[in-house]
Amino acid sequence: MNVIEVKNLEKTYNDSEVQVHAVQGINLEIEEGEFTAIVGPSGCGKTTFLNMLGGLDQPSVGDIRIGDTLVHELKPSELIDFRLHNIGFVFQAYNLIPVLTAKENVEFIMQLQGRDKTERDKRAIDLLTEVGLGDRIDSRPSRLSGGQQQRVAVARALASKPKFVLADEPTANLDSKSTETLLDIMEKLNKEENITFIFSTHDMRVVNKARRVVTLEDGKIISDERK
Amino acid sequence: MILAISWRNVWRSKTRSFVILFAIALGIFTGVFNYAFYNGMALQRINSAISTEASHIQIHPQGYLEDPDEKQFISKAEQLAAQISEIDSVKAASSRFIVQGMIQSPSTSSGIKVFGVQPDKEAEVTNLYSKIIDGAYFEGIKRNPVIIGKKLADKLKIKVRSKVVITFSDKEGYISGASFRVAGIFETSNTMYDGGNVFVRTEDLTNLYGTDATAGHEIAVLLDHSDMVTNINQKLKTKYASYDVRDWREIMPQVSMLESSLDISMYIFMIIILLALIFGIINTMLMAVLERTKELGMLMSIGMNKARVFRMIMVETVLLSLIGGVVGIVMGIVVTLLTAKSGIDISIVAEGFGAMGYDSIVYPVLKVQNVVDVVIMVFITGMLAAIYPAMKALKLKPAEAIRIDM
Repeated sequence: MNVIEVKNLEKTYNDSEVQVHAVQGINLEIEEGEFTAIVGPSGCGKTTFLNMLGGLDQPSVGDIRIGDTLVHELKPSELIDFRLHNIGFVFQAYNLIPVLTAKENVEFIMQLQGRDKTERDKRAIDLLTEVGLGDRIDSRPSRLSGGQQQRVAVARALASKPKFVLADEPTANLDSKSTETLLDIMEKLNKEENITFIFSTHDMRVVNKARRVVTLEDGKIISDERK
Repeated sequence: MILAISWRNVWRSKTRSFVILFAIALGIFTGVFNYAFYNGMALQRINSAISTEASHIQIHPQGYLEDPDEKQFISKAEQLAAQISEIDSVKAASSRFIVQGMIQSPSTSSGIKVFGVQPDKEAEVTNLYSKIIDGAYFEGIKRNPVIIGKKLADKLKIKVRSKVVITFSDKEGYISGASFRVAGIFETSNTMYDGGNVFVRTEDLTNLYGTDATAGHEIAVLLDHSDMVTNINQKLKTKYASYDVRDWREIMPQVSMLESSLDISMYIFMIIILLALIFGIINTMLMAVLERTKELGMLMSIGMNKARVFRMIMVETVLLSLIGGVVGIVMGIVVTLLTAKSGIDISIVAEGFGAMGYDSIVYPVLKVQNVVDVVIMVFITGMLAAIYPAMKALKLKPAEAIRIDM
């Protein structure tokens, strides 16, 4: 079953006098449970593409369907709510809330969803345990290593029970050991719980773990390989 | 959790928060204590005007206050005062016979208002007896004792037991007068009052004026409690419709105005302080928003809607304002309490105030209602100060904000 269907997606920026065609006619279908890496050189349109998949940017042309929803047709306020309930985000720089503990960071998104305290507590602890941070639930981000913070970010992304997780260069700021640990966790979650992951990355370690690699160049898909 | 985030964010940049908190606290303290000071000053003036000069209610012949014609008096004023003093909530009533005259000492003379009073009754409606600083209240002098103010005594260069001559027009319009001997010298907070009023016994004055000793131009009425003034005033107006019944607010509108104008001035002063503070708060919150661009971008990306982002910044700003405000208010209350008993001596600059009837020692007074009002004003300031930074935050585009290098 397709989680995401992208048809004839284009994005053109008209910010200056020069038009920039960041994405030019992408067609892509991603099935539930896929572990997909979007790769390509800098400026190839990875980030723009991911932003549109995540509902953070609007396409100039084309359709994005997530589940049964045509994302590009949603109003801005509906988009925020859609992201909250359907998409998990993992950012390059972790982007945790520094004044909250690991558990509170994971809980926060569930509170935005309006879930009750008992459920939030249990799920936050379960997820942090699953990513190997069961003993650090009360630590603030400043007391955690980069790898640990990114694992909290993964737990947070999963907390909302999203249809898929979008990870934008999740290993870019991590050392080898932390990268390995993080990828193992995400691979485990993907295999055991059938969670769909989509990465944008330059990192060959991520590419090697991915079961599908979509390569972009000049805003177009130049290859789409399943392993 | 938004409250928790906002609260913790307040303390995120401690130095910056402490600087603005100190500014808010100092501003609010200044406003609160300033109010307590002037409130104390005004209350003392009002209390002094009631207890020393006017009492709560006065009764005069119709038209007397507009045109103080001495021939127009209440013939049985003493009996009327006795009748009024029987009314519930009336503590005491005393009649006064009043003439305009001249007082002469061997050195000089001065225009004065002469009050003929019954010393015992007068002591029940005013506290003039307690203001005697030299001599005694109608004691020690058997014939024609007079009580005069210190300012007048200084002007006439007289002291206790000195002889003065008081002259005025009698009932027939002829100059009448007699020598009086100073029994006591009083000093109130109102130097104008001290310089223009003398007190003699009613019978001494009415004898010279040529009328019955029970006559009077004024009946001063003191009530059990100040808050009964309106009620009893209305009652007396109805009962004694043939006389001019007025409460102290009507008799001394300039003193009464202190009550209403003080609150207005306090609010204006506080608004000016808060206006000055609001820019500091806005600046602090703008810096906070700018520093957190990436974090706000993340929050909006993961699904925090604009209303929640707005609320988060609003709560943080209000908390910042309230913390500073509460510290300032507490400081204001503490300093008010510390000075409320000992008073603040402003005698160095009190000469001018004395002419307007103010004491040289001020006892600050703070009303609960004013504290509540300040808290509300600080709260509103916090909300207003939050609007611009919050709007800035809402304009952030999540996809761009998340990628900003901080």
